[in-house]
Amino acid sequence: MRAANRSDLLMDQPLPHNEPGFREVRVSSTYRDAKLPEKDILKEVEQYGYDEDATFAIKLALEEAMTNAVKHGNRNDPSKCVIVRYAVDDHRVVICIRDQGTGFTPEAVPDPTEPDRLMLPSGRGIMLMKAYMDEVEYRHDGTEVYLVKRRK
Amino acid sequence: MPAAESHINVTKRDGVDVVEFVDRKILDELSISELGDQLRTVADATPAVRLILDFARVEHLSSAALGMLITLDKLVKERNGKLRLCNINPQIFEVFKITRLNKMFEIRKSVDDAMIGL
Repeated sequence: MRAANRSDLLMDQPLPHNEPGFREVRVSSTYRDAKLPEKDILKEVEQYGYDEDATFAIKLALEEAMTNAVKHGNRNDPSKCVIVRYAVDDHRVVICIRDQGTGFTPEAVPDPTEPDRLMLPSGRGIMLMKAYMDEVEYRHDGTEVYLVKRRK
Repeated sequence: MPAAESHINVTKRDGVDVVEFVDRKILDELSISELGDQLRTVADATPAVRLILDFARVEHLSSAALGMLITLDKLVKERNGKLRLCNINPQIFEVFKITRLNKMFEIRKSVDDAMIGL
């Protein structure tokens, strides 16, 4: 049996956002299952009357974060999972996405708009999340991304 | 395994391949990979292909989709072809602007505009 690594242990720790009001969805780490949380989250976003721009932003950020969790975090290992916790109220939408990878250093990710990187096919996910969400914070050594969209 | 469903409609107009995206969302890796394969098939079918991608139906686009477009653009250029994008809605255009790819792609208002001088 494989020894539990640090990220496995972190997975079972309570998140700072597991207070009442936060819902949790765990999906296996495949692109197919990574789509599953979106529907419920966007349904709540719609129920709270967020506008089209906010919905566009949340959908985009969620897609980017889930792809990063599956691809870069869990390295396409379907035996791993992605945990999504979210809460929606009148003022903001908060989404936390955690993977079971070894983490990364967000500051070390190069700017994709640098002239010599502009035509590289990857590396724009974090930039788009930052452009569209009000807060994007990496926690737990980069294994969790915390996203906030506030009502305008 | 069943063949991937088609993500594009292709029509020929004065020797130009006009490709309309079928999906409203070009987001997830799976369908983007299929879409990339289908676009490559179109690009490979004609020497020095002239290609217009019509985004009229597209409402959402991810960074993976941008990556696929960059790869396609490179392939078309290698074949001495031309690629233009058109009918991009303001929200999607903003994604191009944020990533500065609006400067790298030839973007036109409509298919008619994209046909001019292609």
